[in-house]
Amino acid sequence: MNKKISDIIFKNKVVLLFLFLCVGATIASKQPLTFVIPELFTRIARNSFIVLSLIIPVVAGLGMNFGIVIGAMAAQVALFLTTYWGLTGIGGFLATVALATPLAVFFGYLIGVLFNHMKGNEMIGGLVLGYFAEGIYQLIFLFIFGGVIKMNNPTLMIATGVGVKNTIDLKDTVKYALDTVPMLTIVEVAFYLFLIGTVLSVLIKTVKKQEVNWKDTLLRMIAAAAIYAVTFIRPIEQFLSADRLLLLSAVEIACFGTVIWQAVKFARWRWNVKKLGMENLSRSAQFNRNRAIANVFLAVVVYALTYVPYLYNILIAVKLPVMTYLCIAALCGFNNILLKTRLGQNMRTVGQSRTVANAAGINVDRTRIIAMIFSTVLASWGQLIFLQNVGTLSTYGAHTQVGQFAIAAILVGGASIQKATNRQALLGIVLFHTLFIVSPLAGKELFGDPVIGEYFRVFVSYGVIAMALAMHAWKKVAKPKEQEQNQVEPGTAE
Amino acid sequence: MEKTKETYVLKMDNIAKEYSGNRVLKGVNLHIRPGEIHALMGENGAGKSTLMNILFGMPVIHSTGGFEGTIEVDGKQVNIDTPLKAMELGIGMVHQEFMLIPGFSVTENIKVGREISNPNLASRLFGRSMETLDYEAMDRDARKALKTIGLQIEEYVKVAGLPVGYMQFIEIARELDKTGIRILVFDEPTAVLTESEADRLLEAMRVISSQGIAIIFITHRLDEVMAVADGMTILRDGEFVARKEIKDTNVAEIAELMVGRKVEKLVDDNGEEDHRVIHDDEIAVSLRNYKVDMPGEQVKGIDLDIRKGEIFGIGGLAGQGKLGIPNGIMGLYKAEGEVRINGDLLDLNQLGDALEHKVAFVSEDRRGVGLLLDESIEQNIVFSAMQTNGKFLKKVAWMKLYDAAAAKAHAEKMVKTLDIRCTGIRQAAGSLSGGNQQKVCLARALTLEPDILFVSEPTRGIDIGAKKLVLEYLAKLNREQGMTVIIVSSELVELRSISDRIAIVSDGKLASILSPDASDAEFGLAMSGSRKGGH
Repeated sequence: MNKKISDIIFKNKVVLLFLFLCVGATIASKQPLTFVIPELFTRIARNSFIVLSLIIPVVAGLGMNFGIVIGAMAAQVALFLTTYWGLTGIGGFLATVALATPLAVFFGYLIGVLFNHMKGNEMIGGLVLGYFAEGIYQLIFLFIFGGVIKMNNPTLMIATGVGVKNTIDLKDTVKYALDTVPMLTIVEVAFYLFLIGTVLSVLIKTVKKQEVNWKDTLLRMIAAAAIYAVTFIRPIEQFLSADRLLLLSAVEIACFGTVIWQAVKFARWRWNVKKLGMENLSRSAQFNRNRAIANVFLAVVVYALTYVPYLYNILIAVKLPVMTYLCIAALCGFNNILLKTRLGQNMRTVGQSRTVANAAGINVDRTRIIAMIFSTVLASWGQLIFLQNVGTLSTYGAHTQVGQFAIAAILVGGASIQKATNRQALLGIVLFHTLFIVSPLAGKELFGDPVIGEYFRVFVSYGVIAMALAMHAWKKVAKPKEQEQNQVEPGTAE
Repeated sequence: MEKTKETYVLKMDNIAKEYSGNRVLKGVNLHIRPGEIHALMGENGAGKSTLMNILFGMPVIHSTGGFEGTIEVDGKQVNIDTPLKAMELGIGMVHQEFMLIPGFSVTENIKVGREISNPNLASRLFGRSMETLDYEAMDRDARKALKTIGLQIEEYVKVAGLPVGYMQFIEIARELDKTGIRILVFDEPTAVLTESEADRLLEAMRVISSQGIAIIFITHRLDEVMAVADGMTILRDGEFVARKEIKDTNVAEIAELMVGRKVEKLVDDNGEEDHRVIHDDEIAVSLRNYKVDMPGEQVKGIDLDIRKGEIFGIGGLAGQGKLGIPNGIMGLYKAEGEVRINGDLLDLNQLGDALEHKVAFVSEDRRGVGLLLDESIEQNIVFSAMQTNGKFLKKVAWMKLYDAAAAKAHAEKMVKTLDIRCTGIRQAAGSLSGGNQQKVCLARALTLEPDILFVSEPTRGIDIGAKKLVLEYLAKLNREQGMTVIIVSSELVELRSISDRIAIVSDGKLASILSPDASDAEFGLAMSGSRKGGH
């Protein structure tokens, strides 16, 4: 038992260390949680997407993708152009996404090709590639914009007309474009997207002369229409017309959702048992009663806790930008679903062993390139989400530390170079950014100088990367020894 | 399926292959009937792996100029130029080093690259790679394949913690799961298995072949061949030696065929008389109950006395333990028992103690243990002596510095005496040909000025001219300097042409010590003999 506990501690040592640091620094900073928590949620909304974009390359065995910097640059090029063209609001934001995506696909492809020539050294390669791209980026922004391509816009360009200004204000263009999409619009758009998807699916099936399950399709359509219809009820409409959601409401919805979900699962299981019999159920269709009870219990406890005044004050202080959080949730879902596809399984295989993948007929190089394209595109979207929330584009600075900070965050969450999950990414963001928020304040309280906290922050982000790499190497050294021991079992050879 | 005796599922005729001028296969034939277990035998370097690489259309074959000869599958001539093509033709391989992913479940490993998936909206738009995996169908298939070979494990456990023996079975299950598999190659499948696991594997092979799937069984173990195989093909030095039905042959004959009777004169008697006086009571190396734990080459208790000043040969089939003997003495693998060098007890746990006792070793693993491939010939020749004997160092004040002039002179002398073909002593050892690399290894061992020299597989992978030179030089060292030379080799011919006595090792034990003039039958029996009596 003792060994088990020490094992758990050893495995999660990075997470525990940072948890400890976060709690300590928060206390030392003497800031109320009503300040720290809302700040933290803002940062989660800003940064999660780009950190989550790191997961796919890890799965495909490319390690931490320092190449996301290039995705961020693609986003900034696109954002500059749409700003120059005067596109604003959510429309302008979507146009920027549409422009950034092909750029990121192209760069992702190039990075993938390059990484295929330097298998095993992708991380250092990505880092250096970032510096190289930085040079080209500056060439474009300082010389080509204005110098080669004539651009006449005194608010964006340096007074000489050649080169782009240091900072670009996005206040009147895309600031909060994504954050302020009302929930009502989201539901509406989701409904229409669902309709289009269903119709498209039916159409393709008919064209390919496959069987169409009309009953299922119809049922789904009716369910979607019903949900859409509910939004026309006055109080619900009013509730949904806002673009931010109180954290309190979010927690309440999550609690009710959990209970309802478990109930649905239970009902479905009963129904399956009746129809197929207990023994014929596959493993995935089994109903885990203990887990369900635990889930429901947890939901009830969390709900009860919202009535504690201290927590209540925190919960009503936080307003979540709904659309941004939905995007983050969608990316988490995408990461999970992708791994359950043929492509995802190929990525996992390539990540675990290129030799085996090759022998199994998987195109290793192609799979790796696809992983890089995914990651670069997602990173460019992540950077756009970040910028629309911050509201200013620091032309020459916004992308520089994207790679380090995102990678440090995911490593703090307990991810390694071979394994990273959504949960580790999100946990990492919470811990890393808590530290970011409180460490200058803690520095000020403890040493009378916020700069010391600032130093600490920088030290932490690089230190974490170095530490994770060292531990990775350590594990690797330990591994071959184990294998040797396994091989030399008595009597094995003869 | 079988119409006449002459229906073959696989016919490879007159296969020849050259690697940069070095002919490794010289007109080999391999004929396999459906449902036959066919043993493919031959010493290391006989060309078995090259033949299998050709069968699988490996890139290594086609990037080095392809091969000559024809391949027919089911009577139709085919052109196998990629591994995928081989797979489509129903040719599968159970690899020697497991091609399994530890982090995957058994199902995922069995289905790797051939997952079952269901279409969804995304896959309809973006193609098949976006299809969702159907884990249940995959589990079902995996269970079926596991049942066929009689392996009782849950298909959802991770491979990581399973015993070695199971992994082999999972590999087999994966091949069986491929639809239309017709030929299955087992590449030394029992090398890493315990005896009971090996027995189960052989049983599984019988079951598979009874379903009409032909098996090509690559192994060194004669008893296994006798137990399961129907027919066999023997290769030697890239040449086709014989195709035999097991029922028409016996162990002694097979051993003889593998080792080869063709006696070529490798060392010239240049009229020089043998002035050596060898006394039976002057023992250079004495082994008592000597055991070495070297994977694949286990030594299981040997008593042996090697006299001062003789050339002593150690032979035997691969995997029987002959290579373990020198490796254990040098401390490269864990060894126990009593080893005396010139009467002094050797500390087997201390790496380098053998060197202290003036024992040098030329390893069979030239590229791995023997050479610093990126370093110059000069560095390779002098570095051992520099480390152990403190040679080629000069004192400058309190520092010991590299004596470049002395090293250069010595390296040049060695290059000249051993006729190492190179552009100069600065050339990287890795860029030399095999024979010249071997000579560099020898030069380094000699630089240590040993009393006793162990040479392991001195002529592996080198051409006949270089072979002769190396062996002649060894003989010269022995005659002129009285050095005790112990040659460990798979090639009986070379042992017989140079040694005074030859010990044959079989199953990790000493089978017998023979004179080089003993008959082929005696050698054949010694190599396989203890196996028959053993179990």
